Amino acid sequence: MALLTATDVRHYFGGLCALAGFNLALEEGELMGLIGPNGAGKTTVFNLITGVYRASSGSIRFKDTELVGKTPHQITALRIGRTFQNIRLFRDLSVLDNVRIAHYARARYTPIEALLHLGRYRGEERRIVDDSRRLLSIFKLERLAGETAKNLPYGMQRRLEIARALAIGPELLLLDEPAAGMNPNEIDQLMDFIQWIRREFRLTILLIEHQMKLVMGICERIQVLDFGETLIEGPPEAIRSDPRVLEAYLGEAPVA
Amino acid sequence: MSRPLRRRWDWLLEQRWLLPGLLVAGLALSFAIPEYGLLNRYVQMVLMYVGINIILAVSLNLVNGFMGEFSLAHAGFMAVGAYTAALLTMRVLPVAEFPALFPVAVLAGGLAAALLGLVVAVPSFKVRGDYLAIITLAFLMIVKSVIENIDAVGGPRGIPGIGKLTTLPWVFFWAVAVVWLVRNFVYSRYGRGVLAVREDEIASELMSVHTRRVKFLAFTLSSFGAGVAGALFAHLLQFISPRVFDVIKTTDILIMVYLGGIASIGGSILGATLYTVLLEILRPSTVAALLSWLPAVVFDPLNEHFIRHLGVWRMVIMPLALVLVMLYWPRGIMGLREYRGFIPRLDREAHRRGDPQGGRRDGAAHRD
Ligand SMILES: Nc1ncnc2c1ncn2[C@@H]1O[C@H](COP(=O)(O)OP(=O)(O)OP(=O)(O)O)[C@@H](O)[C@H]1O
Ligand SMILES: [Mg+2]
Repeated sequence: MALLTATDVRHYFGGLCALAGFNLALEEGELMGLIGPNGAGKTTVFNLITGVYRASSGSIRFKDTELVGKTPHQITALRIGRTFQNIRLFRDLSVLDNVRIAHYARARYTPIEALLHLGRYRGEERRIVDDSRRLLSIFKLERLAGETAKNLPYGMQRRLEIARALAIGPELLLLDEPAAGMNPNEIDQLMDFIQWIRREFRLTILLIEHQMKLVMGICERIQVLDFGETLIEGPPEAIRSDPRVLEAYLGEAPVA
Repeated sequence: MSRPLRRRWDWLLEQRWLLPGLLVAGLALSFAIPEYGLLNRYVQMVLMYVGINIILAVSLNLVNGFMGEFSLAHAGFMAVGAYTAALLTMRVLPVAEFPALFPVAVLAGGLAAALLGLVVAVPSFKVRGDYLAIITLAFLMIVKSVIENIDAVGGPRGIPGIGKLTTLPWVFFWAVAVVWLVRNFVYSRYGRGVLAVREDEIASELMSVHTRRVKFLAFTLSSFGAGVAGALFAHLLQFISPRVFDVIKTTDILIMVYLGGIASIGGSILGATLYTVLLEILRPSTVAALLSWLPAVVFDPLNEHFIRHLGVWRMVIMPLALVLVMLYWPRGIMGLREYRGFIPRLDREAHRRGDPQGGRRDGAAHRD
């Protein structure tokens, strides 16, 4: 059974139809790409899955749970993590706190225990710190634990965003243009890295990307969106050679 | 500070006994000062106001600083605490025979305010920013007019003759208690959630933070603090009326918060202390005394038009001060920074750079 299923999902912004009948069946462990020209509706798909917007119609199921109608924190607590196209870190907070905040739903203590710093508070906080530091060290950020997030260089901010998304303990990870603003060398590293975290954290990954090198290089399956509609879906080889894809990208020919 | 001094200072701040030591010393002093008349009554009273204002500023900072909202309701919650506690000590609790019941009244004042805080939070947190400010302002006005229209609590005339139950040790105790609770809250998943909400509410939700719950908790705790302060205030002033808890009172607290610095407990303590002392200095008699060396040509008209009407001028000066601080010094003295003694050991060690152990086991591994 698929881990994530979207059935005939539609979404309108006022009169604008951003998504006209989106379907998806993401198998557990899969690494899938979502591509398409600007404004195609890719980020909207992420926002609908994670509950930022509520789908105008259709159904999105994660395992056995219907996601449409749930709040973002409920959906995230089901273990769906995501990053953002435009980095959305907690800029004025420390690198460590950015990651610790994402442990919110998994910490098991009550407001009373928090107010008195008693009971499970200490053990849980200890565990959160240890987990967070471990994540930071995987991302080579542990030396910057006390640094304010906004002071990190761009590439590190991107890494921190992924670290933070992993801190919610995801089974499904949604990456929105993780390679944006990276040079070819950095993209190579990112490709290896995504493959590595996928194995290490047993993730199912859905990623949006304009960098064809990355998409074609690591995705097992790709869906192409255009004007809110699915143009074609298939393995990278099929997508690469499909004339409809080139046409959709008209002018901004994909970097092969 | 010179380097060796700086290092010794750092060493001092690192000591485990520092905070407990200060607390014990403070408590002892709070008993000794009135007992042996170490300070005159006026200074003692100012000290008590400092304590009450610390409670007010620290608790308001939770909403206006840590959470980054702009609530104007604090004086309203203060009023609820003041009236609840005053009615309890005057009509219900036999405090004359059992003065030890006073903390029960204060606690009840805090809880009543907290409960109302929960009710106000429901409509308030459907909106943000300017709208929240307007709703909380409306709430403040409602509280005032409701009290004005209940004859049983004195209506606009208020309640005179409240027992003078607020003493220096009690103020000290409650100030420590509220600061401790707020500090504990701030250094928990809820407190971090509140900070995250200030930064980016949507991103917080997407990092699994239950933003509504976190905001409710912060607002409730904040109201509790206001209620406690109100209860102490009523039993210090010995007279309360709806006019005492107007928007100017809220303005005072706002200045303390923004002056001391947003999202900083230490900042609020500093802000409340500075502001309270400053207000005392700015009393007409003090200002007149301070400026009496001026030649009569200058002093007399100044005194006539300004100093003697300082009470009225406050209504102009204080809001203006608030606007100026918020515009030109939005972070205040300690904005977004914290006095180290308030930061739990685990937090401090976890933030240390280049420590691969992540501050494991109480710092035994890396005492330098
Ligand atoms: N909050 C919103 N309000 C109104 N319209 C929106 C909103 N968010 C997105 N849109 C519109 O919906 C359409 C799809 O936007 P979306 O962000 O999903 O595109 P995208 O495929 O992610 O594009 P890009 O590659 O530029 O990121 C666009 O026409 C966009 O202008
Ligand atoms: Mg997008």
